[in-house]
Amino acid sequence: MANYIDDETIEYVGILAKLELSDEEKEAAKKDMASMLDYVDKLNELDTDNVVPMCHIFDVKNVFREDVVTNGDGSADTLANAPEEYRDGFMVPKTVV
Amino acid sequence: MELMKLSALKLGELIRNREVSVKEAVSASFENIRAFESKINSFVTVDEENAMKRAAEVQKLIDEGKLVSPIAGVPVGIKDNMCTKGLLTTCSSKILGNYIPTYTATAVTKLEEAGAVIVGKTNMDEFAMGSTTETSAFGPTRNPWDITRVPGGSSGGSCAAVAAFECSYALGSDTGGSIRQPSSFTGVTGIKPTYGTVSRYGLIAYGSSLDQIGPVARSVEECAAILDIISGYDPKDSTSIKRDRYDFSAALSEDVRGMKIGIPKDYFGEGLDEDVRNSIMKAADTLRGLGAEIEEFDLSLVEYAIPAYYVIASAEASSNLARFDGVKYGYRTADYSDLHNMYKKTRSEGFGPEVKRRIMLGSFVLSSGYYDAYYLKALKTKALIKQAFDRAFAKYDIILAPAAPTTAPKLNESLKDPIKMYLGDIYTISVNLAGLPGISVPCGKDRSGMPIGLQLIADCFKEDNILKAAYAYEKAAGDVLGIMKNGETVMPQA
Repeated sequence: MANYIDDETIEYVGILAKLELSDEEKEAAKKDMASMLDYVDKLNELDTDNVVPMCHIFDVKNVFREDVVTNGDGSADTLANAPEEYRDGFMVPKTVV
Repeated sequence: MELMKLSALKLGELIRNREVSVKEAVSASFENIRAFESKINSFVTVDEENAMKRAAEVQKLIDEGKLVSPIAGVPVGIKDNMCTKGLLTTCSSKILGNYIPTYTATAVTKLEEAGAVIVGKTNMDEFAMGSTTETSAFGPTRNPWDITRVPGGSSGGSCAAVAAFECSYALGSDTGGSIRQPSSFTGVTGIKPTYGTVSRYGLIAYGSSLDQIGPVARSVEECAAILDIISGYDPKDSTSIKRDRYDFSAALSEDVRGMKIGIPKDYFGEGLDEDVRNSIMKAADTLRGLGAEIEEFDLSLVEYAIPAYYVIASAEASSNLARFDGVKYGYRTADYSDLHNMYKKTRSEGFGPEVKRRIMLGSFVLSSGYYDAYYLKALKTKALIKQAFDRAFAKYDIILAPAAPTTAPKLNESLKDPIKMYLGDIYTISVNLAGLPGISVPCGKDRSGMPIGLQLIADCFKEDNILKAAYAYEKAAGDVLGIMKNGETVMPQA
């Protein structure tokens, strides 16, 4: 079974992945993804009807801890990485119009 | 120069005995970095100034008797996906090209507490996605054995740096073979521990359920000693496990009499290079000669591991890499109209083609309507693969296999056909899906003189078994790479 990725699907994937693709990149992505899915379709040879999906190797449970602050104020170091900074905050384009 | 040819443990001993100063050891490392970096490009960042300062601090602690660890003062390279406070950490990606972490990964902190001196951050495939170190945004690393070939990946920088004596040992990370395969290609030894043994805190995530940090060095003994230091339960990593003991070095013994070793027949089919096959079989004979009981068996499901892996790893990657949006750190696009446009442009300009390919595949397999068919199916396949290993380890103490079907390919050959490149991970990937420990040790060279790696795999928590077998093999096999001349180690390429 050969997979075909249409324009609509690749647009949708671009939205999910938050990627802006050029027309050239879109065509390449359609081809790449189709051939990868053809390859992944091999898994359909396996009967997995009664198999429980395995998320984690070990039987781990959620780990809770008390919400105790152990680190100090690292805001200056953190802000040093900001692409744009304004009055001790991260500067972003206007979000509410 | 000569100091870097010593094992990390021997160098550590000389430093402890004050026969060598930390400064001399670290200077020797930078001497080799200066000599070989232009050819090999194993490092994204070298930090001589801070390393020399640190060398003086470590020397003081050793002199005061406060540092007695076996690797105190020994120079190390750290893969560039582990956060190091104050030191550039790029994941070999443009999107993190200017990122200075505000904290250090637990595994690295543990090394620092033991007195390690970090000489730099090693090159890798971008976000650890690749098998050749060619997807790095900072240029490929080259194989010290033949600079027209790749070192493997994604920990290609760590392995090449160790192979070229630029540092005594290194840390790598392994999501689908990223420590074992480049170790095999560059003639060094590397371990991927049982999932959860080394904390992932501060390791920039690719496939969180598969990622594990491990040591890269030039012998089994060194790898075990480093694993002793970096392993341990960490409350900062909720997938970290509590093990009974973490003294892996205690397992080293040359006695493998009665050890049951299984060779999966299905690993020796089509696609396996003849020289690799012969070398692995010769290694099996060596272990048989030492008293191990070896037989062939059918592991099954081998051909399903790669498709299951790419669905799971890409799905996790698409989620993990969603955080890179140009808001709080890293690259931000120069021109944008609104917030959404800034996210999209930042990510499109910041990520390379292989990373985008996997983010898109991952987004797709997790999307409504496709989740059951792809993601859930892959998780069910993972369960079946785990069961196949469970059956094998009911009969055998370890599994013996090649680390990779071939030796290192030439540069510019692999990225043209991604699926073909993915197939090169066929012997390593299922180990990550099942959370198992695996080691690659050099076992010979092919007709072109390129190193071949023997992979030994054990059940979860049974690192002892592979360490013992690898150690016994290494001692019995001797200088399989032909790098000893008149009792001295020589550079692979000279």
